[in-house]
Amino acid sequence: MSAHNCDTCVVTAELERMGVKLDRFDRVVALAGNPNTGKSTLFNALTGLKQHTGNWPGKTVTRAEGGFEFNKVRYKLVDLPGTYSLLSASSDEEVARDFLLFGRPDVTIVVADATALERNLNLVLQVCEITDRVVVAVNLMDEARRKGIEVDTRSLSKDLGVPAIGIVARTGEGVHTLLETVDGVASGTIATKPLRVEGTPEFRRAIAELVPLIEQAAPGVPNARWIAIRLLDGDAQVEEALATGRLAQLVNEQAQNVKRFSGKIALEGAQ
Amino acid sequence: MAASPSDAIHRAAALRETLQASFRDEAVRSIYAEATRIARRAAKSSADRRFDFDQRIDRIVTSPVLGLPLMALLLAAVFWVTIAGANVPSAILANGFFWVEDQAATLFDRFGSPWWLTGFIWHGVFRGLAWVISVMLPPMAIFFPLFTILEDLGYLPRVAFNLDFLFKSAGAHGKQALTMAMGFGCNAAGIIATRVIDSPRERLIAILTNNFVPCNGRFPTLIMLATIFVGAQFAPSFASFAAAGAVVGIVIVGVIFTLAVSWTLSKTILRGEASAFTLELPPYRRPGFMRILYTSLIDRTLFVLWRAMLTAAPAGAVIWILGNIIVGGASLAQHTANFLNPLGHAIGLDGVILLAYIIAIPANEIVVPTMVMVYLGGGMMSDMDEFSDLKRLLVDQNGWTLLTAVNLMLFSLLHNPCATTILTIYKETLSKKWATIGALMPLSLAFIVTFVVASVWRWLA
Repeated sequence: MSAHNCDTCVVTAELERMGVKLDRFDRVVALAGNPNTGKSTLFNALTGLKQHTGNWPGKTVTRAEGGFEFNKVRYKLVDLPGTYSLLSASSDEEVARDFLLFGRPDVTIVVADATALERNLNLVLQVCEITDRVVVAVNLMDEARRKGIEVDTRSLSKDLGVPAIGIVARTGEGVHTLLETVDGVASGTIATKPLRVEGTPEFRRAIAELVPLIEQAAPGVPNARWIAIRLLDGDAQVEEALATGRLAQLVNEQAQNVKRFSGKIALEGAQ
Repeated sequence: MAASPSDAIHRAAALRETLQASFRDEAVRSIYAEATRIARRAAKSSADRRFDFDQRIDRIVTSPVLGLPLMALLLAAVFWVTIAGANVPSAILANGFFWVEDQAATLFDRFGSPWWLTGFIWHGVFRGLAWVISVMLPPMAIFFPLFTILEDLGYLPRVAFNLDFLFKSAGAHGKQALTMAMGFGCNAAGIIATRVIDSPRERLIAILTNNFVPCNGRFPTLIMLATIFVGAQFAPSFASFAAAGAVVGIVIVGVIFTLAVSWTLSKTILRGEASAFTLELPPYRRPGFMRILYTSLIDRTLFVLWRAMLTAAPAGAVIWILGNIIVGGASLAQHTANFLNPLGHAIGLDGVILLAYIIAIPANEIVVPTMVMVYLGGGMMSDMDEFSDLKRLLVDQNGWTLLTAVNLMLFSLLHNPCATTILTIYKETLSKKWATIGALMPLSLAFIVTFVVASVWRWLA
């Protein structure tokens, strides 16, 4: 658990860890990121839960949910398995992708490894493609410092168009700022304008034409733009999901999951 | 009119023609280019010594020559600490529990409780629980923290790295080494961990072969056999080393079976090539002390122990009933054991051992206690707190030989997974067929291997 040094004193003053008590909450926050970047460690620090962590990529294979209260707002936090890309296919990564695409989190925190920023930014940019409300948590800042790597989070924020906060999840350093930022992005007091790859004019025209078609074919689907891109790419899986109605079902499932949860999920994740 | 899914799909196909064929590649490439550009601007790196240090360790730990021997040595050290450390606390716990059993039974008798009630509660249910706790708790309380330290340190990906070439030549996924390592704790957990393998074919191979690494429920059996049959052959000061060596030996046999069965599966019903993958070697990190204690003791040890107790209590009751219902001069347990004897003998074991395995299907943890209780019948076993007593019971009174011990180790290593694991296979594959194969394939392999060993052994003798 987080050490009791004074980086965390500030946090504990306003942060109430609520464990699996999730009967009421105001906002849903997703924790995404590459494998082994410390998502579960951050999850534990915020919720007071004891989700298993390990120093190897692939430790978390199911999603775990926990709660915390910050500035009198109740949050539900969803810890997702690590993934390098939104196009991945293994079943742990599918859990992450489906929630990010269809779970409609209020804010997505992408946890990035400060010592391997370039590789981690690929996922950050992909998440920026599908949602505006992104906060990048640059974790392992202490490890980066030891390795002589200096990360300029202001330059990162400016380039990405979304806030980037340096943190050390193990000790709680920067976590208070992270939560303030999440609060700001969720309430709209912090405006974001994520960097998006625009593509050619033909591409943009094709997307603009497809999005309304998809929204009619699968009512209520978030991220019609992402699905349009996948269809243009000829992704057989997405085509099938749309044709068989599985897409609509997926959206429903994720919506239900937002309401329904229990300590059991956290326990299952514990193994 | 609203557009249907097929409208959208057809329109997308038509629009695809208007785009340059490489548009998606370009989009992906531009994301990579963006990432590189942004990262270069945000992160500045100066020379680093620490990084070098990690690499220097890795050069030894994952070296082609030293990697595998170092792994075996580390494994041996873990087992030695477990065996040497668990002995005394196990004996103390057993003494304590059996004292309680005696006192309680006497007390019950004094208050005029009928013999079957005293027997059922104290010599049945309670004795089952007492055995499981004293046999399992100490080794688990030592093994799990050690395993968690290795996990936190970052050693597991190095294991996968070292074993990758073996799994690849067996037609399996290199990450199977990771799921195999998780299986040491619990096979059900190992099977859930196979979700990291993206190819369904290779994931099935990993699921079906996870059982061949002995889980924590089976380690006490292996440790006990290694201690009384292998360790006892050596001078006392060397006994625990020999026992640890024997356990490592059986684990290596398990890994060989994992590879052999993976290879066979990938050449027959799950045909295909091994897929390529990337695995990061994370930096070594200092494990968090309190977190290790919590994860390994509260979550893992108590979780497994609780499960074992839940199955041990009813099993203890079943054994007591089987041992105390007398039909035609012998108990039901004896009848069943006699019936199973020819089969048991053919594979170098006996009927009681097979009966114990049948009763222990819900959880492998209770095999040894079950066996001992059936051997002892309704008798007392409060003097069974030393391994030497156990040896006297098994060798002198029930005719065990070195062959029995070897084959029991092999059988314990290879036989069908416990009920929880079979259920987990079903949940992960959603297929009754694979769950059945996952149960019967190891079981038949166990029978075949032990039969061959017994036949060759007897022929040589």
